[in-house]
Amino acid sequence: MPSLGADMEGGTLVEWRVRPGSRVRRGDVVALVETEKGIIDIESFDEGVVERLIVEPGTRVPVGAALALLEGEAAQPEHARRVSPAARAKAAALGIDPASVEGSGPQGAVTLEDIERAATRAPVPRTAAPPARDAMRRAIAASMSRSKREIPHYYLQLAMDFGPATGWLERYNRARPVPERLLAPVLFIKAAARAAATGEGFNGYFGANGFEPAKSVHVGVAVALRGGGLVAPAILDADRKPLATIMRELQELVGRVRSGHMRSSEVASATLTVTSLGDEGADILYPVIHPPQVAIVGFGSVLTRPWVVAGRIEPQPVINLSLAADHRASDGRRGAQFLTRIRDALSRPEQL
Amino acid sequence: MTESSATRATLESQILALLVEVAPDVDPSAVRPELSFRDQFDFDSMDSFNFAIALSRHFGIDIPERDYRQLSSLEGCAAYLRHRLPTAG
Repeated sequence: MPSLGADMEGGTLVEWRVRPGSRVRRGDVVALVETEKGIIDIESFDEGVVERLIVEPGTRVPVGAALALLEGEAAQPEHARRVSPAARAKAAALGIDPASVEGSGPQGAVTLEDIERAATRAPVPRTAAPPARDAMRRAIAASMSRSKREIPHYYLQLAMDFGPATGWLERYNRARPVPERLLAPVLFIKAAARAAATGEGFNGYFGANGFEPAKSVHVGVAVALRGGGLVAPAILDADRKPLATIMRELQELVGRVRSGHMRSSEVASATLTVTSLGDEGADILYPVIHPPQVAIVGFGSVLTRPWVVAGRIEPQPVINLSLAADHRASDGRRGAQFLTRIRDALSRPEQL
Repeated sequence: MTESSATRATLESQILALLVEVAPDVDPSAVRPELSFRDQFDFDSMDSFNFAIALSRHFGIDIPERDYRQLSSLEGCAAYLRHRLPTAG
């Protein structure tokens, strides 16, 4: 059972998508698991032939427990997984299979800290399943409480003239049929990803060894669910993808979130989160960091506001950018530079 | 039922079918024609985008981005389509 979020303790196996004898490749959906974030498509992180399904549908399984056995795994446990010697010793002492633990070290190596983290996840007691909405609200409460308790947030905000971006989007979309058009959040995601790729202290995780920058930029996108609740699955490598690709992936992602088919690889992989209010009408939002990440960038609604252009006040589309960042990983000066880079990127949308 | 109200019901039921296609968790019988989808069902910009794609494909028309706001409620949507598709009644 993979960890699908910092506060996930376990999940309920809903359905197998493979049988003994099925050949699976890395990334294939092998099972559906119900968590407080909804039903997640669990992708295989290895390849081979399914030898045995260990867990029956309907069973609640703690994070780290094995769900199925792939052929060859029993013969050579931990094959192809790098496990540090200290982690191996600790895992043996605690009775944890290091192959079942997600590694955070170089090339996915399992570190001592990963083992210790897996060990703190107590087995989940079996109880009657509460309504999913309550479970999600509790998961949000747990994660956000942890964030506010542990993370010394600081906040910055920056208003910018969104006219160039609005104008560029209108021209881009006017020339294209409906399905090929872009939405403003695509610009937000790309601009934040670009700025994070060149910055320090905003892209990565805060763990037992302090801040660990991530090598890739996986942008979590906060997606609201109808009737309440929120999840933030990631668009992988967003700094390197064209806008049209991000748009297509965002569309698919929102569809999967709302139909309950998020993939395990996108649920817990975000290295930075972006959240936007759309046209809800509030100027600015002060977001809460999703642990173990260290920053979240907010985009308020685009609203017509007085703006000084060449010494005169003119009505312009204005947007407020906001940053909530972890003081253990960065300070306000770096944060201001980060926000400025996002503003500059959004001012030249044709270069995104 | 007169001919024109029959046509109206048909157009509106087509719109509702597309709405449910875009947002399967919406109960079409609960839609209030005069209220915006945003206020009723927490529609966001991605829902509106998908809804515009569905309408455009189903009715075979291009819908300029500046017209999206006219598609924000069942009533507005039906009025817009009647204007764009004179044969829809």
